[in-house]
Amino acid sequence: MAEYLIKNGFVYDPVLGIKGDRTDVAVKDGKMVETSALSNPAEIDASGMTVMAGAVDIHAHVAGPKVCVGRNFRPEDKLFRATPQAGIKRMEGGFSVPTVLRTGYDYARMGFGFVMEAAMPPLYARHVHEEIRDTPIIDEGALPVFGNNWFVLEYLKNKEIENTASYIAWLMRMTRGYGVKVVNPGGTEAWGWGLNCPTVNDPVPYFDVTPAQIVRGLIEANEYLGLPHCMHVHSNSLGEPGNYTVTLDTLKQAEGIAPRNEFGREQVLHHTHLQFHSYGGESYASKSFESKSKEVAEYVNSQDNITFDLGVVTLDETTTMTADGPFEHHLTELNHLKWVNTDVELETAAGVVPYIYSPKTFIAGAQWAIGIELGLFSKDPMRTFITTDHPNAGPFIRYPRVYKWLMSKAAREDMLDNVLKYGDSVRDRCYIGEIDREITLFELAQMTRAGPAKALGLANMFGSLKPGMEGDVAVYPYNPETSEDPEDIERAFSNARYLIKGGEIVVKDGQVVSNGNKRTFWVDCKVNENPQVERDIAEKFKRYYSVNLANYEVYAHHYVPNPYVIEVDATQ
Amino acid sequence: MATVTLKPIKVPDLRLEADNIKPDAFAGKKAAEIADLHVYCGNSQYPLGEFFEVAGEGGATAAETEVVIDGDVSRVKYIGMKMTAGSVLVKGNADMYVGAWMEGGTITVNGDTDAFAGMGMTGGEINVLGNAGNYLGAAYRGDWRGMQGGVIRVAGDAGSDIGTFMRGGEIIVNGNVDVHVGTHQEGGTIIVKGDAKSKVGGQMVEGEIYVFGDIEVMMPGFQHIGDVDVAVDGVSGRFACYKGDMGERHPRRKGETIYGKLYLKY
Repeated sequence: MAEYLIKNGFVYDPVLGIKGDRTDVAVKDGKMVETSALSNPAEIDASGMTVMAGAVDIHAHVAGPKVCVGRNFRPEDKLFRATPQAGIKRMEGGFSVPTVLRTGYDYARMGFGFVMEAAMPPLYARHVHEEIRDTPIIDEGALPVFGNNWFVLEYLKNKEIENTASYIAWLMRMTRGYGVKVVNPGGTEAWGWGLNCPTVNDPVPYFDVTPAQIVRGLIEANEYLGLPHCMHVHSNSLGEPGNYTVTLDTLKQAEGIAPRNEFGREQVLHHTHLQFHSYGGESYASKSFESKSKEVAEYVNSQDNITFDLGVVTLDETTTMTADGPFEHHLTELNHLKWVNTDVELETAAGVVPYIYSPKTFIAGAQWAIGIELGLFSKDPMRTFITTDHPNAGPFIRYPRVYKWLMSKAAREDMLDNVLKYGDSVRDRCYIGEIDREITLFELAQMTRAGPAKALGLANMFGSLKPGMEGDVAVYPYNPETSEDPEDIERAFSNARYLIKGGEIVVKDGQVVSNGNKRTFWVDCKVNENPQVERDIAEKFKRYYSVNLANYEVYAHHYVPNPYVIEVDATQ
Repeated sequence: MATVTLKPIKVPDLRLEADNIKPDAFAGKKAAEIADLHVYCGNSQYPLGEFFEVAGEGGATAAETEVVIDGDVSRVKYIGMKMTAGSVLVKGNADMYVGAWMEGGTITVNGDTDAFAGMGMTGGEINVLGNAGNYLGAAYRGDWRGMQGGVIRVAGDAGSDIGTFMRGGEIIVNGNVDVHVGTHQEGGTIIVKGDAKSKVGGQMVEGEIYVFGDIEVMMPGFQHIGDVDVAVDGVSGRFACYKGDMGERHPRRKGETIYGKLYLKY
């Protein structure tokens, strides 16, 4: 296989502790190696450019039924946004809900190597894997949702952690899933009754278990199994003014639980798109609404077993989609745009609504500020990851714009002074105006590479250029010594000059030149035989499911043709 | 005002997609440069000059440019798409998407237009001297932003689904219209001087629809609230006034609920 020597770039690697030194990086046979291991490498001149490991996205909605619904019911999202096929690339289309092809190409152009699909409805796991399979270049995994699953609700009501864990292991194998995702614990099931669980203490109708019990129980089950990723939660009352107390109550469920795994993961709870969960006040009006990012970040800073991602609002017209069914209903009541609502039998639900985060409104400006503030208040970039909850707070192609806002006070001031109509109110109701911090390139590498890789239990493969790691290298046309204009950050990180993925050149001179060798990551967790769970599964399929058990499993040969299986032994 | 004349010289095998035929694209260009602008036919790209003989030259700006199409272009789509100023005169019929998303200027079609004329337009004026097709002044598929401003006048009849998701501006049809008028309408005015078939104002939130002739089948969601004397597009008369669609949400402003209004001439 090919050998590459990337010469003279400014290298940033949090694992190796390299902070912009000019050094050479070597790739051989798909892996990072010492430069001395090369015999006859192709050389890439990276002088004047920034070199990092391939980036890792811990949370994006990029494949599956609700993404597909978004594409289907928003033809206007593709209008004038199609790019004809060229070279090895096929036709690309879409903006907030891009086609699978554009998804793969855009991530590659931004220098990403791994993306986690953030919510997989187990019953429709086949659809998720079909789209993952058809997304070129990037390695992906998918997190099945557990927070409103009847099995989980029943086991956790009776505090049966071992049964919950057995069921999780079984479902992950059936769906080729990667970890445990929880969306609006209990609230989405309550939505089946037209209700919600606004706080962690509201019992789920009929099941009589609270969101707090679900969250803590699933953290315990996750650690019982020792999975690579920790429990990944979208807590209750997303988007509601005053919800930060619910967020803190949710985060507190992790107190006293220590990580237990063999993957180097040090946290037990990941809270996703924390921006949507850090609101104070009683309404969306500028008189009442306020940022509570400081309070939430201070709590996260004080604990060492929690990670989070930002979910920054990018002020675009986008498509919201979540398994938080009641929240999507709330949104359509707010903006009167089209709404899709789906119930997924015993497992979850979902909704989709287009949404315009207009810089002309106070609330969108405040949401923008809160996401950025969380990134700046956080003291540990290894536990703080950059996302836009694609496409909910904005499309993932805006990540480089988020980098710019985090890295440049001048860019933030420009937003407050010139872009936001109510910039003064935003300064008044949020903390953004008081913060001088500017994220460094080293911290950016922590927040987009080493940090998320570690949180996903993939620190031995991604996030660093250390010899032995996957051969994922991104070269950005950004010179940290001479670049002064914050716009350079956005421009450079939007289009890498080179991306080597798995040892192969995928982006060359800024153009996608290969469809790569994408893999689907899933976790095969061995557990002891559990006759009760086996009987419960058979019983539920017989009585309630619309499909039969034999038609449920995601068969690998068809749906996951290029798997990377992580094996976990939880039999001891 | 400088005039560019396009004379059709070849009928395309497939429909031509020619969003370059507009004053904005022609302004500041000589005939040869205009003939060199691209059009699409199927998946292939051709110079405009392959299908049209170009005479004259563009003015300094779009506003100072007049485009005259001297013949029938019933197989040419997107004429005047997104134009902002100036004028376009089509001496024959035109295909779909005439003046789609236009922002300003004037388009006159001496013959008929096919579907989606004035789709999503925000300003300017479209005059159709013949008949207009379906989806006149409507929204693009899936979009909630239909016609938002400007005026469309049709001397003859119009097809179905006119003014779908209309949010502003005015559509005036001298003749009859087919089913679905002002579906999801949230503003603007539709005037039908002939008859309408059915589904007039379905899911209408606000805005106005006037029908001078008959409506074959009324929507059940409209309530008669009285009779009024009004002058509409130069015609005075007595109209029965209905509010609706009562099955739809309606905004409240200054303590008052806003309804769509349907006026039916006696």
